[in-house]
Order: sequence, then structure tokens, then C-alpha cells
Amino acid sequence: MSRFAFYLLVGLLMLIGVGLTAYRHISFDVPWAPGAQQKVWDIEAQVAFTATGGPVKVSLALPENQKGYSVLTENTASSGFGLSYLDDLPGRRAEWSIREAAGSQLLYYTVTMLESDNATPAAIKRLPAPQEVSWERPYDTAAAQVIDQARERSADSFTFARELIKQFDNQRQGENARLLLTQFERPELMLRLLNEAGVSARLVSGLSLEDGRRRQTVSSWLQVFAETPQGNEAVDVEAADAENINTDWVLINPETGKQGEPDNLLLWEGRGAPMLEVEGGVNSRVSFSMIRHNEPAAVAVRNKLANDELLNFSIHSLPLEEQALFKTILLIPIGALVVVLLRVLVGLKTSGTFMPVLIALAFIQTSLVTGLIGFLLIVATGLVIRSYLSRLNLLLVARVSVVIITVIAIISIFSVLAYRFGLNAGLTITFFPMIILSWTVERMSILWEEEGPKEVLKQGGGSLLTAVLAYLAMNNPWVRHLTFNFLGLQLVLMAFILLLGNYTGYRLLELRRFKPLTED
Amino acid sequence: MLSSWLNRWSRNWTTPGALRARGVVGMNRRNIGYISKYNDRRLYPLVDDKLQTKLLCQKYGLASPEMIGKVASQFEVERVVDMVRDHAGFVIKPAKGSGGKGILVIEHHDGEEYVKPSGARITRADMERHVSNILSGLYSLGGSPDVALVEGLISFDQAFAEFTYEGVPDIRVIVFKGYPVMAMMRLSTAASDGKANLHQGAVGVGLDIGSGWAVRGVQYDRPQFAHPDTGHDIFSLKVPQWDTLLELAAGCYEMTGLGYLGTDMVLDRRHGPMLLELNARPGLAIQMANGEGLRKRLELIERQPDGVPVAERVAFARKHFSRSKEDVANVGMALNAD
Repeated sequence: MSRFAFYLLVGLLMLIGVGLTAYRHISFDVPWAPGAQQKVWDIEAQVAFTATGGPVKVSLALPENQKGYSVLTENTASSGFGLSYLDDLPGRRAEWSIREAAGSQLLYYTVTMLESDNATPAAIKRLPAPQEVSWERPYDTAAAQVIDQARERSADSFTFARELIKQFDNQRQGENARLLLTQFERPELMLRLLNEAGVSARLVSGLSLEDGRRRQTVSSWLQVFAETPQGNEAVDVEAADAENINTDWVLINPETGKQGEPDNLLLWEGRGAPMLEVEGGVNSRVSFSMIRHNEPAAVAVRNKLANDELLNFSIHSLPLEEQALFKTILLIPIGALVVVLLRVLVGLKTSGTFMPVLIALAFIQTSLVTGLIGFLLIVATGLVIRSYLSRLNLLLVARVSVVIITVIAIISIFSVLAYRFGLNAGLTITFFPMIILSWTVERMSILWEEEGPKEVLKQGGGSLLTAVLAYLAMNNPWVRHLTFNFLGLQLVLMAFILLLGNYTGYRLLELRRFKPLTED
Repeated sequence: MLSSWLNRWSRNWTTPGALRARGVVGMNRRNIGYISKYNDRRLYPLVDDKLQTKLLCQKYGLASPEMIGKVASQFEVERVVDMVRDHAGFVIKPAKGSGGKGILVIEHHDGEEYVKPSGARITRADMERHVSNILSGLYSLGGSPDVALVEGLISFDQAFAEFTYEGVPDIRVIVFKGYPVMAMMRLSTAASDGKANLHQGAVGVGLDIGSGWAVRGVQYDRPQFAHPDTGHDIFSLKVPQWDTLLELAAGCYEMTGLGYLGTDMVLDRRHGPMLLELNARPGLAIQMANGEGLRKRLELIERQPDGVPVAERVAFARKHFSRSKEDVANVGMALNAD
């Protein structure tokens, strides 16, 4: 290919890339800078079940405005199903229905939630009255004793709930608590005990929001009220015009007894109703994918409207689960660029050309310091074990396979040790790409045998330095914002790398290497 | 503070301008300007696979070490012992190895114990494991399965006995479009563990293309005037049969069709220059050994027409790339002073 055609291609890529980027900025108001805008969460609920052949009715709880979050937009995808939103039941629900369906079915509901401090929570229309609870022997006496003990040590509903849950704490479970746990699920049991004690409470479902997560499930929380309605006063479920009740309530984690809701908790279902009800289907479950982006609230709405516009070539038109995936994938070219820069302009030696990019991806999950310590621990331990393997006279494939198993064993042991010592950060060590690490161990080990430890340090250090620089580039909020929101930039990156691939000048380290040549 | 830092910097580092003035070719220019421009990718297997190189040498009548046999599959591994029974010394090397990795040299043996040049003894099982490692691709590029070659041991010319520690000194000539442009000899040292790899500590000695005389020596990229182990003066080194050697190197262009080629040769006591292996991506350390950049020579050759016979190309190179008369005179004076 002639030089002219090459530069034409580079120029064209650059032009299209810059054009697309500018278009997205101007037409869709996507800001250049991250942060300054409001944070918007896209959350996708995926309902999966197997229809049994007859009519099907699916009812899914929907999130409402609440403290910290407000609903911006919502939509659904469900081929062939009829859909209606129901507002009059306890809480909002989506109801899908179809006359006849068989086989596995997927229904999608997507909601955009705005993270805001002044969202007005939907009013609580009625206080749930404690339900009548019936216990079988011998659970009745056990329950009574547990309740008595908690009541003695508490002053009001909240402290009572906390004391109650404390008795089921793993370390100091009494005999009664252990007996009750054999019969009931923990959240369900707590609710029964609270109701038995006459405390107004219900089980609600919360979703922990974390950027880029897929296949998440909701967790159960106890909502405990300060006041308890008298008698059957509030049992009237359908009373839509019931007076708004101004009451204090708290969320309590039924596992730990900790009071108060975490910052990133979204109450998906806050009325004590089931998350999902399916008639005419089996094996039903609901899972969530979520993604966070920074956009002016107005844009989030407009993006949705402009979904089918051809020029709005945006990752945002994909299902959320794929979007979360792309958020990471689109960072890889940045890592590749760092590798190209360090190789072509600096001349750094690494072990495996793009291995540092994969390590950098792992660093994003683990955080830098934990990642570095984990990487060094795994590779160092791997090298020691591998040095023994080299004496066993194995075929290459078998040996590398043994190294893979060894690396997995090391990762497991470190995870367990870290957990035992209360270092939760240590658990993220599982994010390391194990096959890549095994090949790194193998290559380093051969390098050690053939060229000595100095070369291992050189190449290992080069790889780590590249990985750290790639991590710093890929973890930069600006870079993350720009790569995810402006696909055109990928073309600009490509044009830039093409130009670098054409660079015939000296590398930085060659200025040192060839220094003696300039001396005489 | 700042000035001392600048001082240290200027002692160890140079500028791109200074390198350009010296005509030094960097890694990026070598890759883009020479290797990918003059070396057709589909010809690489001819030199990356030493078995193919060997067969080509036989076809074109270029001298290379005698081939005792090859081992292509794991169940043949035990045959190696029979193969080498009648040979005192032999070399086992991976066909697709690079950078001298995986080469096992045996000087003599009694069928059970095998003695390396260093005097270290290995058992028959050790040797068979080495062959098995070669076959499973331990030393080949990308870890692909490989073939082990068994070759006769070269009895190297005694002219070099004083210049080497254990290993065989080999001569690398860069051949560009069939013209020998730069040459060096690689002397193994104790630091390099008997291997002739410059980055492992072997001494690189630049050779004058015109005469075969040593022009300069380097170890670890820094000047060296005597062999670190034998103490022998490097400037007293002159390669005999220089013309034959250059013609052997230049002939590899017709044989492979590769425009930018590193040819590795040895001088055998009886058979003279022999081709050991070829390299389609020869390193740049040869510039350090010669104290000179490659670029001016390469640009001169780029201006030469194609289709010039081997002998004429060698003559052209000897005429144009010879060190100036003063240089040779200086070396002569230094020798006389000794």
C-alpha cells in the first residue's frame, strides 16, 4: 500500500471519529467532562421462567420514588405478552399476560433512576398490622422465650427488633434460636417473631447498586415501624383513599441486625408484597443488571426517544447487560494504546505483549494496591512451585496445566486466608485471569532458568509498570466517561495507533543503549 | 544539584540527533524500513525452521555442519542414543528455536554419560528429557510442537582458541540484498556460560568487512579490549578465509530470497566456513561491536542494481565498507607496539 493511501486512511478514520464524537456532543448534549452531571442508573430486570403451556400471568414489583432515588423513565420488552401497570395494589406492579405460552420465556423491564437527594418518597398509605402467627410445638415455646428475652432488653420497637436479631447472631445463638432456624428461613422467621410480639413490620426487597454489575439478585430487609396500629384498624388492603400516615420506620438487616439502609440500596419492592408472582409457569426468577452514567437528566430521556435514529450510534441502545460489558470492553483499546506507546516509544520489555492489559483489567476490579500485592504473591508462589515441577520431567502442556491448577489453589488459599483475617479486599484476588497468570509463571520460570533472575526482574518489572500505567489510564474517570459515551473516539485511537505503527525513530531506551556509539 | 543530575544524564544518555548523525539504526526503523520491507513473510519458515535451512543448504551446495539425524515424535526419543553412537561429539538443537535457546552441545560420551564443553556430565535420561522438551515446544516460538535436530560437532579453527571460553565462536554477517554489510564475531565468556549471546555477556568483536581484522570489542554494550577470561588482545584477531566466508554469507540471499538477513557461520578446522543458521530478524548489537551505525551502508546498497553475481557483490562490499587506511594502520601500530 502506498504511503498516500495509508495517510488517507488515517486521515479518514480521524475525521469520521472526530465527526461522530462532535455530533454526539452537539446533538445529544453528552458532556465532555464526567462528574458535573447528575448520576443516572439504568437498571434492567430480567424475568425468566418456563411456561407450562396454558395461560400465563406474571406480576413483578416495580420501584417507586424513594429517599435518594427517583424514577425517570421505564419501559419493557416482552414479545407477545399483554402488559399493564397496576398502581392500586400495595405498591406499583407490572403485569404481563398471555393466553398460551410454552417453553422458556424472558421478560424485560428497564428503569432509569436518577440519583438525587431531594426525591420525595411515595407516602405510606397504611401501616401493616401484625399478622396472626401460628406456631407448632415445640416452636411456640422457643419463640415465646426468644421474644421475652428481647423485650426485657429493649425500650421500643426498633431496639426490640435489634435485640431479637442479635439472639440469632451466629456466635451467640442460644438453643431456642438454633431450633427455630432449623424450621424457618431467617428473614421470614424474624418477621414472624416481630408479628408475634405485636410489632408492625414487613419484609421488603432491596437491590445493591454497583456500576457495571450483571446477574444480581435482591436481598430481603426488615422494615420495622415505630407505631403499631390498634386491632384490625389497618387491615383494609384496598383502601386507596386511606389517609397518609406519617410514621417513623427503619430498615434492619435481618442477617446482621444492623439498622439503617446502606447508601447504594434501592428499595425495589417497599410494600411487603412478593417480588415476583408467576401463574402458569415454573422455575421463575428475576435478576438485575445495572450501569451508572453521568448525563443531564434531560438527555437520558431524549436518548431513549432517539433510540432508533441511525446516527445516534451509541452503546446506550443495547440491553443493559451488554452495556455493562461494553463499559469494560471499550477500555481495552486504551490499555492497548499504553502498551504500544511503551513498546514503540520507550522500548520497555514485557512478558507477553498484552498480558499487562489483562492484569490492568484485574486491577480495576481489585484496586491497585491489593492487585499488586495479589499479583506478586501469586507469581512468586507460582515460581517456587514451578521450579519443583521443572525437575519432574513433564511434557509442556501437562506442566502448564499443573501450573494452572497450582495458580487456582494459590488463589483459593489466599482468598480463604484473607477472609479469615478479615481482609475483604483479599477476596477480589479471584478477578485475576488465571490462565494468563499461569503462562506468565511458566514464561518467567523458563526465563529464570535460561537468562537468570535479573532478566526475570527486568521483564516482570516492565510488565508490572505497563500494567500499572494501563490501569491508571483505564481507571481515569475522564477516560472512562469519554470511551463509554463517545464511540467515535475508538476510531481516533485506531488512527493514532496506526500512526505509531509507522514510527521509525529511536526508542527512549535506545538513547541509553547506543550511547557508546556516539563517544569516539 | 540540577547540574550534577544533568551531568549524570549526559554520561549515560544521548540524543536522537547524535544517533542519527552516526547513522544508527533503531529497533523501529529496522522493523519497518528493513525487515518488513525486504523480508517476505512467506519466506520466514525457510530460516525459522533450521531443518528447512539445512535442506536448502544441501540443495544449493552451501557448507553446513553434518546432519546426523532428526527426532520428530516422542516415541523416537530413545533412538537418539543409537544415532550418536558412532559420533564422538554432537549438538542437539530445536529446529524452530530462537536466540540459541535449547542447544545442547556434547563433546564426547561413552553411551551412558555425556560430557558438555564445560565438563559437566549429564546422563542419558537427562539428554532424552532435553529432546522431549524440544519436541513439546519448550524452546520454539509460541510454544508450538517442534523437531529436534542432531548435528555433528564442529571442530573449530585453532586460530580462535585463545579468544573463547568453552563455546564455539561464531561469525555473524548482516547480508542486505545479497551484499555483506557488517560483520562481527561473538566470543563466549564465563559470564555468558559458554553461550555466544551478546545480551548474556558474550563479547562482540566488530570485523572489518575489507580484511576480516577486528576493529573493536564490546561486552554488555560497553568497550572491551581483551577477552575477559583468556586476557587475549582482541585487536590481534583476524578471521582467516575471509573471502570464502563472505561469499558463503552473500550466497544465502539467492538461497532464501530474504533481503535483510543475519547469517551465522563458524570456521571448521577442516572444512572452512560453515553456515550454522540464518536469522530473518537480526539484532542491532552488531552496530555496537563495530562502533558504527548501519544506516549509511544500507542506503548505499539500496542504490545498487539487482542481479549482481555473488563475487562482484563481495568485492563491492570489501571495497566500500573497508575501514579507512589510517584505521588499519592504527591497528597495525598498536599490534607492533605489543
